[in-house]
Amino acid sequence: MKRFVIAFAIVAVSAFAAERAVAAGKYDPGASDTEIKLGTTWAFSGPVSSTSPVQRQMAGYFAMINDQGGVNGRKINFIALDDGYQPPKTVEQTRRLVEQDKVLLMYGQIGTPTNVAVRPYLNSKKVPQLFVTTGSYSLIDPKKYPWTMGFQSSYAAESRVIARYILTEKPNAKIGILYQDDDFGTDHLQPFLDALGDKAATMVVAKVSYAVTDPTVTSQILSLKAAGADTLYLMAQSRAAAQAVSAARDQGGENLLLFIPYVATAKSVIGPVGDEKLKGLMSTESTKDPTNPVWANDPAVKDYLAWVDKYVPEQDRASDRASPLGYISAQTMVEVLKRAGDDLTRDNIMKVATSLHNVAIPLLLPGITLNTSAEDYFPIHTLQLKRYDGTRWELVGKPVEG
Amino acid sequence: MENFLNQLLSGLATGGLYASIALALVMIYQATHHVNFAQGELAMFSAFLAWTLMQGGFSYWAAFLLTLVLSFIAGAAIERIIIRPIEDKPVLTVVVVFVGLLFVLNSVAGWIYGYDIKSFPSPFPANAWYASRFMSAHQVGMITVTLALLILVFAFFRFTALGLAMRAVAQNPVSSQLVGIRTGWILALGWGLASVIGAVAGMMAAPIVYLDPNMMGGILLYAFAAALLGGLTSPLGAVIGGFVVGVLENLAGAYVVGTEIKLSVALVIIVGVLLLRPSGLFGRTVVTRV
Repeated sequence: MKRFVIAFAIVAVSAFAAERAVAAGKYDPGASDTEIKLGTTWAFSGPVSSTSPVQRQMAGYFAMINDQGGVNGRKINFIALDDGYQPPKTVEQTRRLVEQDKVLLMYGQIGTPTNVAVRPYLNSKKVPQLFVTTGSYSLIDPKKYPWTMGFQSSYAAESRVIARYILTEKPNAKIGILYQDDDFGTDHLQPFLDALGDKAATMVVAKVSYAVTDPTVTSQILSLKAAGADTLYLMAQSRAAAQAVSAARDQGGENLLLFIPYVATAKSVIGPVGDEKLKGLMSTESTKDPTNPVWANDPAVKDYLAWVDKYVPEQDRASDRASPLGYISAQTMVEVLKRAGDDLTRDNIMKVATSLHNVAIPLLLPGITLNTSAEDYFPIHTLQLKRYDGTRWELVGKPVEG
Repeated sequence: MENFLNQLLSGLATGGLYASIALALVMIYQATHHVNFAQGELAMFSAFLAWTLMQGGFSYWAAFLLTLVLSFIAGAAIERIIIRPIEDKPVLTVVVVFVGLLFVLNSVAGWIYGYDIKSFPSPFPANAWYASRFMSAHQVGMITVTLALLILVFAFFRFTALGLAMRAVAQNPVSSQLVGIRTGWILALGWGLASVIGAVAGMMAAPIVYLDPNMMGGILLYAFAAALLGGLTSPLGAVIGGFVVGVLENLAGAYVVGTEIKLSVALVIIVGVLLLRPSGLFGRTVVTRV
């Protein structure tokens, strides 16, 4: 009898305990009651290492969230490994994060060829490849790769917006194109040509490529100038973008109309070119520039600048003040985690991420919200053109759908 | 025609970059008979050193000279501390150590200075009398500096006792020791001088390619092609090789093969030279008794 009572008590208690454990949360590897592990690979070294400040912003934002108690009581553990912008290394590091460090999901990995390399692996293992830090549209294919989702507006959208601007504002332009000879470049090039339609054949006078290992791109700029281009779309990033702008101004003077992708517009990338040469440069934008006096009284901007002073390493502060991309991306990630609540399974996180409707992020330009669905994996569609006036970027026109 | 001229002159300008690093490579080869794969990174580090000094308040020329001195000491120290223990080891060991040095220097520079690109001032004023539509003042200045370096190196090896001693040590260390030359210190001197040349090259390159830990990666490859083309035993060959590679790269990219495989042009030069004329255009063929 006594044994029966004890046995019954044990069963009752364990049933109660088991039920409590289930109620506390459903977890896939990387999530627990106290912690959410996120993994990323980044080009800390290598030819595009000047993008490192973006990752530091993400880490800084998570640090602030952790200081405020975490997401639903769980601290974010953000593990970042260097891949040097080399796809084989990205594969190696991603496997390590998934299999050894057992992260819940891969977040914000940078680069186009790098993300393409790990896409099959992550999709076959059903690990979310969320909010990748690239605008490549060829990377994102909701039907074939349902676990891979973008964040910033696609390069295709940007190229379309720029193409439409040229068609309306400068229809007789002779366009010269410089593009990086990898997926980053072609993801800008093809949509641009498509958006120009049949005018592409007459308007585009030259297309030249460069490799990230080229020490200078002066030769390419000379070729574009020789072809008679008066409008240049420099599909470049990092050091090459800075060199291209500098060489273009040297060769073509200040009347040359120059476009660069928004990923190349951070001060940390093109600052060294010098304000005089940057004057008149155009690009697109989806976020507020916190250093622009027009946003001086915006509460989100004030919060952001306070955050920069507290959480951003000293050497990045000057350029980070003007470009909050990492912050906004991390904010979106945290929002998704918050909405997932206690169900931190990979399935549920993807479900939450693909059902964002008009989610407002205060640092996005007015009129731009996040929208995703099972068919649409780019949260940001809308862009506005901007022009550098010699001191800062000024917005031009209105936000348009890309 | 104008484009051709532009490409040619721009090629000469980049060629100047390649030529100066090639000169440093030849310097080390003349002194030690080893090819220093870390030469580019040493040059980059020197440029960062100069940048740090300028941030600290030094004027350009003060920082320039101080950097040359510090680079000399650093080069000699690397030779004594890192290279000396492996002097007599198989050549593969030496290559591995050089490559390791390359990665270490690159990462340390990135760790200390970060990977954001920084601007670096040029000592040649933008509106100098020798600036023109075709070549900026800095490009003209850089080529002049490279040629000046060439003359100094040539004179050093040809007309000074120290230069002679260095060549002796490289060719026949045992006999050199027997006649009383301090081989150890001569090797350190060779490295020190090569570091100085590299430092000048780095400080000339930085205003054009912008200062960051990866600025020398692409240049080094072309500099190798240049040094091999001209001959690893000939400073004149290295400089001429540098200009030839710079011009060829530009012309091939603009007119012949397109810009996608510009890098391949350099690699083809390397392979071609090694297959057809391993001593380079101006190098001496070395015959060794087996």
